[in-house]
Amino acid sequence: MKAAPALAEGFPDLSGMHVAREPHWFRWFSAALIVLVLAAVARAFANGQIEWSYVSRFLTAKVILEGIVNTMVMAVLAMALGIFLGVVVAIMRLSPNPVLKSVATGYTWLFRGTPLILQLLLWFNLALVFPTIGIPGLWSARAVDVMTPFLSALLGLGINQGAYTSEVMRAGMLSVDIGQYEAAQAIGMGRLRALRRIILPQAMRVVIPPIGNEFIGLVKATSLASVIQYPEVLHNAENIYYANSRVIELLIVAGIWYLLVVSILTPLQMLLERRFARGTLQFAR
Amino acid sequence: MTKPLVAIRSVSKAFGEFQALKGVSLDVWAGEVMCLIGASGSGKTTLLRCINQLTAIDSGGIWLDGELLGVREEGGRLHRLTERQLAQQRLKTGMVFQRFNLFPHKTAIENITEGPVQVQGRKPDEVRAEAIELLRRVGLSAKAESYPAQLSGGQQQRVAIARALAMKPMLMLFDEPTSALDPELVGEVLAVMKELARSGMTMMVVTHELGFAREVADRVVYMDHGAIVEQGRASEVLGAPREARTKAFLSAVI
Repeated sequence: MKAAPALAEGFPDLSGMHVAREPHWFRWFSAALIVLVLAAVARAFANGQIEWSYVSRFLTAKVILEGIVNTMVMAVLAMALGIFLGVVVAIMRLSPNPVLKSVATGYTWLFRGTPLILQLLLWFNLALVFPTIGIPGLWSARAVDVMTPFLSALLGLGINQGAYTSEVMRAGMLSVDIGQYEAAQAIGMGRLRALRRIILPQAMRVVIPPIGNEFIGLVKATSLASVIQYPEVLHNAENIYYANSRVIELLIVAGIWYLLVVSILTPLQMLLERRFARGTLQFAR
Repeated sequence: MTKPLVAIRSVSKAFGEFQALKGVSLDVWAGEVMCLIGASGSGKTTLLRCINQLTAIDSGGIWLDGELLGVREEGGRLHRLTERQLAQQRLKTGMVFQRFNLFPHKTAIENITEGPVQVQGRKPDEVRAEAIELLRRVGLSAKAESYPAQLSGGQQQRVAIARALAMKPMLMLFDEPTSALDPELVGEVLAVMKELARSGMTMMVVTHELGFAREVADRVVYMDHGAIVEQGRASEVLGAPREARTKAFLSAVI
């Protein structure tokens, strides 16, 4: 065996040296500046016309707690409806059947194209259009009795959410390689079984972050249901300040609750993401 | 007289302007190992996909085991089969893809049991035992619980072969099974395919591995521009090609 050729001179040995720590003066300076600004804001609020005792008293008032429970119930149910509609509509949208495809496109167009608050008002006031609703010969009822604030809010929020969720789901399905669909077909799977067993589980990994985003948006959008008398947290807070005129204090109370709920949702989403990351290198066992 | 397992008659297929297959006719006999060779765009992969009906043909007909694929004749007209009927016909063929296409969210053994359990509705215990045997056959007994991302390309392709075999097909289709592999991993996949060929499986293999074709194939079919140019025993087509186009192709790849 030949010896390795001699290495050229003039390149010092650096192997014993460490990379020095940089002082990062600007980071210290900017951090100090931000602390100062925050302190000024805190001071302004402390000295402002806010009775903090009201905030702490109403934070756990029964009506407020009921309100936040109602908010969560509505958000969860409307999201469930939205995801169900979203999956169905996304599958219709990607179907080769032109009728299903146009129905899906029309649905998305209609419900994304009009304001949510308008849709809520329409559902709530459905009785003005159809005094009685039902199935001819089987069952009928007065629309005012059926279209309670709860049902109007659920339909309004859920159907609107479905229009947005369908696009998220469609993006997720499109992100799965076409080869996966072909492999599923090659082992004799039909379209729907391939979607359920092979495509959707893989799409879930991609759609969870945007669905989490949508859900957080929906939690806050439930506040719009206050206009149709649904007793969610903002509606209840408003009712209290109509009586005691502590407007800002009660708005802060509602704000704190929204922040709290959203803060709890983030780690929940991470758990879900882990569940659906099976088989990807990042979380491989 | 016995009938061929696969009978392909005047099959044409166009993708827009591009004519991928121009009236191809071919018989594949039970137990035969056939290698399809040719430049990319010659139609060999399309032909394979038409047999598995991942691609629908424009005209002509393909019969598998005596059954017309994709359409049925009634009153002098052809009617497309329903999705369910197509799925039923696909059960007779196993397909191995160039890019493996294992299901990444399922372990190796789950990939293999998915079809028999979910599609054929067989008992999970029984299928699992068979899957373990198939994994042993492709030399991956230790990898049953690994996810595809934890396997090398060669190992993934061997799992994919086991997945196709689990459906107990009459015909195995291989679409360039080693083209996406690092050179040092090609051999392990070819070894599994050789063993399968010796076991009497009918195989159609689209490949660029002429060494494999020479050693294993009963027949080599050379395709160019959507048509079969030359076919015959491997020694004839690869060793002493008659057609000028075959000669040109072989001298370009060797």
